[in-house]
Amino acid sequence: MSIQTNVAVIGGGPAGLAAAIAAAKQGAQVLLIEREARLGGILKQCVHDGFGVLRFGEKLAGPEYAQRFLNELRQTNIQILTQTFVDKIKPHPLGWKINLVTAQGMRQAFAKAVVFATGCRERTARQIGIHGTRPAGVLTAGSAQFFTNILGQLPGRRCVILGSGDIGMIMARRLTLEGAQVQGVYEARGTPSGLPRNVAQCLHDFNIPLHLRKTVTRCFGYPRLEAVEIASVDEHMQPIAGTEERVDCDALILSVGLIPENELLETLRVPIDPVTRGPVCDQYGMVEPGLFCCGNAAHVNDLVDYVSESGEIAGAAAASYTEQPEQQHAQITAGQGIMYAVPQRIALPAQEIPLYFRVKEELGKSRVVIRVGETVLAKKTYLALRPPEMERIMLDLSQTTLQEGDEITVEVQPL
Amino acid sequence: MTNLICITCPIGCALQAELVDGKLSVTGHSCPRGEDFARAELTNPMRTLCSNVRTNNPACPLLPVRTQGEIPKAAMMDVMRLLAGVTVTQPLQCGDVITSLEPICDGNVIATCDFPF
Repeated sequence: MSIQTNVAVIGGGPAGLAAAIAAAKQGAQVLLIEREARLGGILKQCVHDGFGVLRFGEKLAGPEYAQRFLNELRQTNIQILTQTFVDKIKPHPLGWKINLVTAQGMRQAFAKAVVFATGCRERTARQIGIHGTRPAGVLTAGSAQFFTNILGQLPGRRCVILGSGDIGMIMARRLTLEGAQVQGVYEARGTPSGLPRNVAQCLHDFNIPLHLRKTVTRCFGYPRLEAVEIASVDEHMQPIAGTEERVDCDALILSVGLIPENELLETLRVPIDPVTRGPVCDQYGMVEPGLFCCGNAAHVNDLVDYVSESGEIAGAAAASYTEQPEQQHAQITAGQGIMYAVPQRIALPAQEIPLYFRVKEELGKSRVVIRVGETVLAKKTYLALRPPEMERIMLDLSQTTLQEGDEITVEVQPL
Repeated sequence: MTNLICITCPIGCALQAELVDGKLSVTGHSCPRGEDFARAELTNPMRTLCSNVRTNNPACPLLPVRTQGEIPKAAMMDVMRLLAGVTVTQPLQCGDVITSLEPICDGNVIATCDFPF
């Protein structure tokens, strides 16, 4: 039996929940598709607190943050399909045709607009060139978190953590609290890649050493990990011969980056931003007519509050989506010192939009300037800027006349 | 002068703080919460502890919990040992009290998710 709906949301994590609720509030019929048995996405296993400071003015645990949206979801008539996987999506006279693999078999859904809220995936050991045997005990920080917080199984007794991403540091604390010994956190870069507060409350609080400019080059042991080889790295992040040391451990936990998960969206051959690894979208998250993307699928965020915000924007836009004649766009370009800026383009005419960006390298006091040609649209002074911290500027374009092809540049100048 | 990183919000301000004869001097903070954090950190550091407890429901074997407010940092491992002995058997809602923290410290531990899910 096929389903017909106005908006189909793929993914029931924070972005998808916000998108579905926002679309329903606009009066749209909404279908929410989730591959796991429970909604909430990665928040289910993020038992630590710190979520929702911007949105709710409180520090909530991950499941608690999700619960607020789940409670709101109950007040709507959104159709929810859990344990359902989207296998294929194709354009169709009704909008989009979605092939669903459910526990009961194949189904089809037809939607006028589709919101991709498919989140991101962790980089694995093979993606960062760790060689040697393939023993048990090498796992990503998210997998370690799943074992510890969902299954109640400690992934190791003596752990080495590679990468100082937030999840890695949070797992260093979590494993220590649960009785494991964390030998150290190793980071190939010269600065931690997670938030400073996590260096403080997850590592310093528990006397867990953070080793910068070091990486894991080899694993020893089979069938279980027994040790790893650690080496110092040069400025090109290449291991320096002669600096190798052996560190005994039974678990190697990787927190080495996240990549938006867009396999499904890529089958539609939409342009992908080579830096964010998410699709090129406009201020509504629209990728192409009727296709929207939000949350970590669009670009990896460090705060769930912003993920929810982008979900709400995309969900509301998807609900009011109607086919339009040729849409005009201005482009947003990452200029001097900026790693990326999202959205990458702006559908015209535009009002007030949140613009997210990251800088390329750590900066002291500096000024971010957003301009079109010689006209400055916005500027903001920061005491410090760091690549791990995504920044957000509200850009008011209601007083600016933009035309197709205009280029808006975001740049940063040290002061 | 002690260097601290404020953990109150994601900004993570780098603070320099000093407490002389009960008088606090702080620099580097960008809001008043930074001062409160620095004072606590130099006298009695407080943290929110998040963990989970066992349940008797095989479909959701663990329930995420946290301390209702902050607890002394030094009490964290004692609270972990307390939580190791707790099993949830009754349905409850996100925010409901699971256990008191007596006699370790003041406060309660609350569920951070509805149970069963």
